[in-house]
Formats: sequence, structure tokens, C-alpha cells
Amino acid sequence: MLKNDRPWFHGFKIFTFVWMIFVIIGSIKVAPEATGFVSTSRVVFFHVPVAWVAVLAFLVSAVFSIRYLRKKQMEDDIWASSSAALGFLFAILATVTGSMWAKHEWGSYWNWDPRETSIVILLLIYAAYFALRSAIDSQETKAQLSAVYSILAFVTVPFLIFVVPRVIFTLHPQNPIFTNEPKQRMTPSIRWVFFASLFGFTLVYYWILRLKVDIERIKQRMTEMEDKS
Amino acid sequence: MTSRSTLLHKAWYVFQKDLHQEFRTRYAINAIFLFAVTTLIVVSFSIGPAGLSAQVLSPLLWIIIFFSAMSGLSHIFVREEEQQTSDTLRLVAPANAIFLGKWLFNAVLLIGLEILIVPLYLIFMNLEVKNPGGFAAIILLGSLGVSTVATIIAAIISRASARGALFAVLSFPITLPILVSAIHGTGMAIAGRPMVEMMGDYQILFAFLVVIFTASVLLFEFIWII
Amino acid sequence: MWRIVGENITQQFNRRTIFRNISFEIKSGESLVLIGPNGSGKTTLIRIICHLLRPTAGKVTYLNEGKRISFEELQPHLGLVGPYLQLYNNLTAFENYTFFSKIRGLPVDVERFRDLMKRLGLAGREMDELRTYSSGMLQRMKYVCALIHDPDVLILDEPTSNLDEEGVQIVYRIIEEQKRDKILILATNEPGEFRFGDKQIHIAA
Repeated sequence: MLKNDRPWFHGFKIFTFVWMIFVIIGSIKVAPEATGFVSTSRVVFFHVPVAWVAVLAFLVSAVFSIRYLRKKQMEDDIWASSSAALGFLFAILATVTGSMWAKHEWGSYWNWDPRETSIVILLLIYAAYFALRSAIDSQETKAQLSAVYSILAFVTVPFLIFVVPRVIFTLHPQNPIFTNEPKQRMTPSIRWVFFASLFGFTLVYYWILRLKVDIERIKQRMTEMEDKS
Repeated sequence: MTSRSTLLHKAWYVFQKDLHQEFRTRYAINAIFLFAVTTLIVVSFSIGPAGLSAQVLSPLLWIIIFFSAMSGLSHIFVREEEQQTSDTLRLVAPANAIFLGKWLFNAVLLIGLEILIVPLYLIFMNLEVKNPGGFAAIILLGSLGVSTVATIIAAIISRASARGALFAVLSFPITLPILVSAIHGTGMAIAGRPMVEMMGDYQILFAFLVVIFTASVLLFEFIWII
Repeated sequence: MWRIVGENITQQFNRRTIFRNISFEIKSGESLVLIGPNGSGKTTLIRIICHLLRPTAGKVTYLNEGKRISFEELQPHLGLVGPYLQLYNNLTAFENYTFFSKIRGLPVDVERFRDLMKRLGLAGREMDELRTYSSGMLQRMKYVCALIHDPDVLILDEPTSNLDEEGVQIVYRIIEEQKRDKILILATNEPGEFRFGDKQIHIAA
């Protein structure tokens, strides 16, 4: 029942798999052409998409939290919490890839650069979200309160994006896609691979999210069956 | 019955009731004042007479304020939950009035604390504030923000277990925009920069206060009645 | 004329169904008794009726003179006594009375307070903090606070718990008076109290 209700998902999996193979090949073949940085600039094909997914997952979680508060469907809570769990994972990946790159380029793993600060805050929010969930027994209360917290955090994050850079000076490369500075600008081939990777990682995120949601549904169904027997 | 004035009246009665209870037990007042004074003494003792720059003194002050808030401001909802009076309150008063009353109590408590603790801090640290007006304004605005966040998070954690640890963990990310701006602004005020340069911090603190207050009022009902 | 209508109320906790599709209707001058074994969800249903809990499905509507009103409009006319509704035990009886009067938008009527205290056999203890009260006295005090505003809708959950014979008789008189022309909802395990309900809901475990 869980498996066969969406045959298109098989096609989606194959497509994502093939797409990501091309992204990986592209990132290896294309990167050395990048001007400005040496071959470490390849990290841009993985670091930026991973960071993007961390933020996207946060957004998706907030949207499902709002939906939960409106409709009180446990299904929405499963989506919200699963997306948050993935967001946490991707935020860690973004932090690790970023700090490896920072060590190479700036000479130290950690600089409290605004972007680093924002990702740490995102990590803190996710950690707080799961700490809250683990401290509540009743499922309904857990779903409801974590949804409220998720929305509160969602309201806060835009402020941080404005506030933090005002106070801390940045070393981070500014938006390399739209910048007018020729040295930092991406060549067309790099841009192609970059956007392909961004798209590919979004698909991967969706894939894992579906898996996670299915696992949670099965868990819920199992506890229901235990209750009945 | 649901006109605005009665809502505010009811919020006021909730505030009065909490004040009354607080003066009987002095639980939150003791917690927050003793915590703040202890931390202040620890900080000033360990730093000694070394004259530190405004860039260090301003964050230290806000760290003391933040953690003092975390030590006492959750009591406002935890007490109702522990005494099993929250259902009684739910029955007799609308959610908005309760949030406003509790928020007012926390704001008064935190600002009351600062009236005592900030001058002490200035004395202990041998610190002269060159722009006192700007300094007071930024502390007031920041504290209103901190007490708003603390009140809504207190409402959340009063329904969970392991409340003490959760309170700071959940509050910190939400309080961060306030802390960052307030620390920045306080540093400028200590250094005696003119008001114009601190305008950005005031704007952010004020905008954040409005947004988080509105969000809290709207979301409180979902916390209060599951 | 007040009316409370419950439609297809279903409640789940941790995905376990407490009860399913309960419907009822009650209007002024009627009384309703909820009957069911421990754990069947009497208290849960009462909490839903009093807007202390949102049901998983279904809804409760409140009507006054045939017109639908919100819970906030019902709130000033609703009284509830239940084991999960505690009073402020570090405030005195009078301070509790004062708070509940004010929050309900009523003037603090000292005469009425004295009458109620006398009626419930608590005269002389007006200025004592509630933490010095015994559990039976606390139960009586809950009636004082629930009757301040002479509620049009009175809901009692285990009305006579902790009470002695004298207290039980006082409560029965309150019940008789209430059901004459107002709404009374009662949840109880005492077979002797079933007679107070014109209507009964049996909640199965």
C-alpha cells in the first residue's frame, strides 16, 4: 500500500540518480576552469546546494507546521518533523564543507563569518526543535508545540540575515552568480553545472524526505497495531 | 464582553494576581535577583580592576541580563502548571488577556531587575557611559524584546518536561537578533557615539519587538489550548 | 435561553481513540449526566465542552436565544468544578474570590462572598490562605468560585469528591437549584447522582 500508490516515484528515482551522476562528472571536469580560486572552488558545487537544501528544509518544515496548526492532521506533523531532521543533517554537511574550504582559503576552520554564524544559528534552532520534541510525551502536544516553535523561529531568521552582517564583516564570496566583478564571476559552463547541482540536490532532498516520511508512517502504524493487540 | 478595553482590564487583573502571588512566595524575584547579583559579582571579581573596552563590557552585560532572564522568567507559566491552576485560568479568561498579563509581569520583573543591576554593573566595572540616554533606551528596548521571547517560550516549555534546560535552549536562537543588536548598540552608547549612529540598532530592536510580539499573541492560543 | 450542541465529537490521544462520534444537545432547564467507567473519557468530554481542549474531530457550538455565539461570549456565563481545576493556594479565599470576580468582569461583591462562604459552610475562614484548607474545604471553595457569577451553564466533574455528608447535601441543593431553569452537566461515578440528569450519555471505555 505504501509502495504502489505512486508509480511515478520510480521514474523520479532513476531520473535523480542519473542526474546526480552527470552533476558529479560535470563538477570534476568543469571546475579547474574557475577563475579566482584554485581547484578547491569545486566545493561550490556541493557546499552551496547543501546549504540551500538546509534552508529549503527549514522553509518546508515551517509551511507544514502552519498547516498542522490549521488542520490538526498528524500527517503534516510527520512532514514537518521529517523535513526538520533532514534540514539538520544538511546544515551539518554545509557547515563541514564550508569550514574545510575556509581552512584552505582563509587559513582557519572557523571565523564567525556572517554566513558561518547564520548556519550555526540554523543548527541551534533545529537542535532546540528536537530537544523540545523529545521532552513532550503526548503526540498531539508535541506536534502542536513544535509547530509553534518552528513558526517562531521562521519569523526570527529573516532578522538574523539583516542583523548579523551589519555587525560582522564578511570574507565570504558574495553571490558569485550575479556579481559584476569579473574575477569572481562564474563562466557559463560552471554556471550550468552549478545550477544542475542545485536542482539535483533538491531532488535528492525530496527523495530522502519521502523515505523518511514513509518510515515515520510505518512507525506510527506499528504503534497503532500494538495498541490494538 | 470582548471589547478591547475589557481585554486590557482582564490582562491587568491577571498581572495583579501574579504580582500578588509573587509577593507571597517571592520565587521568581529571588531567583532572578540572586542569580543576577551572583553572576555580576563573579564576573567583576574574575575580571578585577583591569579596564576593559566597551566591546567586551557590552556583551558581558547582556550575557548577565539574558541568563538572569532565563533563571526566573519561566516561572510565570510553570507555576500555573505545577499548581494545576492553568485549567482554571483557561476557563475564566481569554487567551490574549492571559498572554498580555503574563508578558507585562515578565517585562516589569526584568526591567525592575535592570534598574538594580545595571548601575551595580557600572560601579563594579568602573565604567562610565558617555551616552546615558542612548544606553538606557537600548537596554529598555532590548529587555522588552527579551521578556517577550521569554514569555512565549515559557508558555511552551511549561508543558514539557526538563523545563529548566529547555528554556534557555529554546529561547537563545529566537533572542539572538535582539542580543546582537543590543550588544552592538550598547557598545556604541558606552563609547559615546551619537544617537544617529545607533539608529539602525533601534530600528532593528523595535521592528523585531513588534514582529515577535505580534507572532506571540497570534500563536499563544495554540500553545494555551492544545 | 442557552443551548449547547455537540456534534460527532471524537478524541484521540497518542493515536488511541478515547471516544468516537459523541453527539448531544442540552438547553436551559435541562440536565445531562455523563456516565462511564474510569478512563472512558468523561473528563475529556467535559474539557472539550469547556474549550480547555480541542477535539480531534467534531465540534461544540454554543447558542443564546437561537443565535450562535463564540466561546468567549459564553465564558462569562460558564462555571466549572472539577478535580483538575485548582485554585490559587497561596492566596486567601477572599483574594481568590476577588480575582475570579474581576476576571469575569464583575464588581467584587463582598455581601455575595459572605453568603456563598456561609452557604458552603466556610464562614470564618475568609482570610486564610487556601493552602491551610483541607481537601474537602478546597472542594467547597471551588463551588464558591464557580458560583460567583450565578452561571447559566454549570458543569460539575465528580461533584462530591472529598466531601463529607454535609458537603454532599449542600452540593445536591446547588444541583437541584441549577437544573430548574439553567443548564447543568454532570460527570459522576456515583449511581446515586444519576437521578439528577434528564438526559444521560453513556461513554463506553
